[in-house]
Amino acid sequence: MPIITYREALNQALREEMARDDRVFLMGEEVAVYNGAYKVSKGLLEEFGEMRVVDTPITELGFAGVGVGAAMVGLRPVVEFMTWNFALLAIDQVVNAAAKMLYMSGGQYPMPMVFRGPNGAALQLSAQHSQAFESWLAHIPGLKVVTPGTPYDAKGLLKAAIRDGNPVIVLEGEMLYNTKGEVPDEDYIVPIGVADLKREGDHCSIITNGKMALVAMQAADQLAKEGIRVDVVDLRTVRPMDVDAITTSVRKTNRAVVLEEGWEIAGIGAQVVDYVQRHCFDDLDAPVLRVHQADVPMPYAKQLEKSAKPDVAKTIAAVRKVMYLD
Amino acid sequence: MATKKKTDGRALPGDSALRRELLHSMLLQRRFEEKVGEAYALGKIGGFCHLYIGQEAVSTGVLSMLRPDDYIITTYRDHGQALARGMSPRAIMAELFGRIDGCSRGKGGSMHLFDRNLNFLGGHGIVGGHVPVAAGVGFAIKYRGGDQVIACFMGESVVNTGAFHEALNMAALWKLPCVFIIENNKYGMGTAVERAAAIKELDRRADAYDGMMGEHVDGQDVFAVREAMSRALAHARGESRPVLLEVRTYRYMGHSMSDAVSGTYRSKAELDEYLKRDPIALLAARMKEAGDLADADLDAMEQEIKVVCQDAWDFADASPEPPLESLYEDVLVETGS
Repeated sequence: MPIITYREALNQALREEMARDDRVFLMGEEVAVYNGAYKVSKGLLEEFGEMRVVDTPITELGFAGVGVGAAMVGLRPVVEFMTWNFALLAIDQVVNAAAKMLYMSGGQYPMPMVFRGPNGAALQLSAQHSQAFESWLAHIPGLKVVTPGTPYDAKGLLKAAIRDGNPVIVLEGEMLYNTKGEVPDEDYIVPIGVADLKREGDHCSIITNGKMALVAMQAADQLAKEGIRVDVVDLRTVRPMDVDAITTSVRKTNRAVVLEEGWEIAGIGAQVVDYVQRHCFDDLDAPVLRVHQADVPMPYAKQLEKSAKPDVAKTIAAVRKVMYLD
Repeated sequence: MATKKKTDGRALPGDSALRRELLHSMLLQRRFEEKVGEAYALGKIGGFCHLYIGQEAVSTGVLSMLRPDDYIITTYRDHGQALARGMSPRAIMAELFGRIDGCSRGKGGSMHLFDRNLNFLGGHGIVGGHVPVAAGVGFAIKYRGGDQVIACFMGESVVNTGAFHEALNMAALWKLPCVFIIENNKYGMGTAVERAAAIKELDRRADAYDGMMGEHVDGQDVFAVREAMSRALAHARGESRPVLLEVRTYRYMGHSMSDAVSGTYRSKAELDEYLKRDPIALLAARMKEAGDLADADLDAMEQEIKVVCQDAWDFADASPEPPLESLYEDVLVETGS
């Protein structure tokens, strides 16, 4: 199987879906002439032309709304945000328009569209460019929210998102774009709402999503050297969440650590822990612990930033703690 | 020979049948909304409810110029446009009553009337939010190579939002067939337009965008609105260029049902002055003067509309509440395409 980057996987997904369905178009800042701020849309302008690969002014609220309007009358827009931090300017269109149109029209106006772009922190981008918005978006009924952590999942989930009849949020990662993995050449999708057991073990479950799947796998490798075998449950989709995958794993291991990129309060992990306490109360041998970003805006200085981010060491420490090893 | 009043109506635009249609459309909106006011007072309608009374020449003037395949999008003050587009009074009233036979199955209410069959893309509740959506519909028309237009209604307070500027900029940049219609009824809730906008003639905002036509027109004169719309359509449909039309009108009721008609932010004297230019009375008077409408004709029209409005009420009242199992319906669609 070919090994390609996460960025190339997304590019393949866009190219294949645009070739498959002429209602699909891509719009956003720098997606066309510049080939994408992160080169995800490289070559698409040349292949599909300027009507289907649309450079927008720097006007998130405006072009997100253009996507909403186009979806209402039957096109299938893919709206790229250069980062989800900038999408806050457009949140009215995501939350008040895209997520609610079907419901408040009594089922008359489905919204087949995708909002996508990098989410969360990269390196030393400081407070306004380093936020993970999974829990904000997952809070909203009427949206689906996917967070691919590998190239395989990135291609399969983006293709599924484009084919979905609903507004789907695709949260990518700047730090993921260069990561590599096996990605089939042929057409496939990763179904939305289905988690992936990325590693099997019976001592503890690490339940995670998105960029943190990579961190969880690295933690699992190190823990294996100590003889600790963990399940890594990559949720992949945070709305709707694969509750069965969570409970199946926790019932097997009886211990869980929930790892996420964002902040603690009302985070994705809080929801996971709620499912665990409801469905696995009698299965637990220890309280569930959470690993997340420190409850501060992201600082710039290297040492402070490292300290604020969830990482392998913090994940290992949490696993050891729920196993009563420390 | 004594001077005889004109009796053939030739001094008025259009033919007699068209003029009656226009009058009927406006009168239906007026009487329907008076009924809505009654129903609200009786508690049959809840939530926010914004009446259009006084602005009927705008909806009728604009929408009577559109084709069935054109698109319409509007704000939360949407009853008038829905009726003028031909939405069933029964379906609208049932929606206001929160019943299953409502145009949005009781999920939207007064602010969110939708009708896919009429390309009526909804009433929207966030001031300014629907303007970029209209640009998106214009984009889709162009994407498909169609020759429809979208008429986007908005209140005058929208012109101060960022969404408005962002949408108009893209509409002009990409040459989209959008007619943006500012219904300037002088007040954004209780704030007078001159206290909110640093510009007097709102259509001059069009000057900020190359290729956008701007015009203002008397919104109490349905013929004037139609003529302005005709010019707008030549630009939007004919040239695939956006238009900004400021239609100067007035609302005779409060901002919403909880707002006093006058006394806080506007005087009774001002209201009375504008009542002299009631768009329906103006049209009826002109038609009568031209010998185009007899008192008996108007009475018959009133009678017919009264029956329609009562029928809408009775229909809405008899329609069941949405079943509880519909609570979770229409959050998402089941299939991909």
